[in-house]
Amino acid sequence: MSTGDRRTQKQVAALRSGTVVDHLNPGMALKALQLIGLPADATALIGVNLSSAKMGRKDILKLENFEIQPEQVERLAVLGPKASVCYIRDYTVVRKVQVRLPERIEALLRCPNPACITNHDRITTRFDVERQGPTLVRCHYCERLISEDEFVLL
Amino acid sequence: MPGGVTTGNPLTAIESELVERMRGSDIISVRQFRPDELRTLLGIVQRFEGDTPPLLLGKVLGALFFEPSTRTRLSFESAMLRLGGSVIGFADAGITSATKGETLQDTLRIVENYCDVIVIRHPREGAARAAAEATTRPVVNGGDGANQHPTQTLLDLYTIQRRLGRVSGLRIGFLGDLKYGRAAHSLVEAAAMLGNELVLVAPPSLRLPSRRLEELAALGATYEETSELGPTLPTVDVLYVTRIQQERFADPLDFERVRNAYQIDRETVDRGKEGMIVMHPLPRVNEIHPSVDASPRAAYFEQAKNGVTVRKALLALLMGAVS
Repeated sequence: MSTGDRRTQKQVAALRSGTVVDHLNPGMALKALQLIGLPADATALIGVNLSSAKMGRKDILKLENFEIQPEQVERLAVLGPKASVCYIRDYTVVRKVQVRLPERIEALLRCPNPACITNHDRITTRFDVERQGPTLVRCHYCERLISEDEFVLL
Repeated sequence: MPGGVTTGNPLTAIESELVERMRGSDIISVRQFRPDELRTLLGIVQRFEGDTPPLLLGKVLGALFFEPSTRTRLSFESAMLRLGGSVIGFADAGITSATKGETLQDTLRIVENYCDVIVIRHPREGAARAAAEATTRPVVNGGDGANQHPTQTLLDLYTIQRRLGRVSGLRIGFLGDLKYGRAAHSLVEAAAMLGNELVLVAPPSLRLPSRRLEELAALGATYEETSELGPTLPTVDVLYVTRIQQERFADPLDFERVRNAYQIDRETVDRGKEGMIVMHPLPRVNEIHPSVDASPRAAYFEQAKNGVTVRKALLALLMGAVS
């Protein structure tokens, strides 16, 4: 972790145990929270638009007493291909995972093309990843190329 | 059932491989083919020129036209009948259960019991792909909104192949409405995939959309954009003309100006280089003057004829009737 990031870390209180999702694209923290689906007994701290040496600006998410599952990590990549997930136990990082965009994104994004069949019939959306960072995906149905700033969660 | 097409030599190894791959598959998008597969496919199509044996005797084509179409529908029907098969279907979504709220995929699950191969035209983009996923029958995309019309693209390529002997290394000019024209979009992409140079001639308001230009750049295509036909004409091997629709213009005067500037007549085409051909997906309105029809350069009515040949080949391939 770079010095700039360490400074940013200090902007948010330390976590005893749980998960830290760092380096989300700015403005994506709330979407990430929605995507993870926080259980009722967990607490979340959100950092929005924090300064970052690596990204300029970033969002961060701290989830107390809650460890996110590997399949959720994959889904998070849609909200920030540079994001990392740290698992914390007793104030110590026990594992750090770099998110990786899967080759195919299913049932996660809505196609922004109003004429796409997926916006009219009950069809599970599917996007093939054409390029990683900045992410570019192609709708499996209408074949439109969609950039990450157009991503809309289902 | 007869075991294969009678015209031409036995299939080459490369052709046999493609024949095997296409058996029972779908034709949804021109993107599904690699450039070498497109060339091989055009070679197979050639075997379907003229009379063909009744390869699809007893087979039924389901023609599901959720959107009006005359040429594409009749061309598919003609192709199926000429292969000895029959056709069921509809040409108006108003008479289907779609009006009762049935989903497209449910419609397909019903219709697949009535036929062996399905062609679908639908106003929604991606509808043909969704349809293909709902059925085990081969599905052919007959146009899905502004997205793809692969059989039109294949018949365009076949026309170029027949006239000029190749579909690569050419300079192809596209003229007219490049913003909304689906036929042009599809062919632009296929022509780029095949390694042709493109000249995109359109008024500023009807240029190829930027996302399509990005796709061309991603394919490593060589292309130029211009609004003037004059200097372009003598440089191209193919001039692909599209219809400019009045409803695209807010001001009728703008439409008149553009229409006059992009009209092709006999005098215009005679300035083309030797062997240059003029194509059009049809219907034409004023873009090509009837005086061009008698020119040896006019290839647009041949496109319609080639449409049946291409569709015969595709139906036979999908049904596994080519051996």
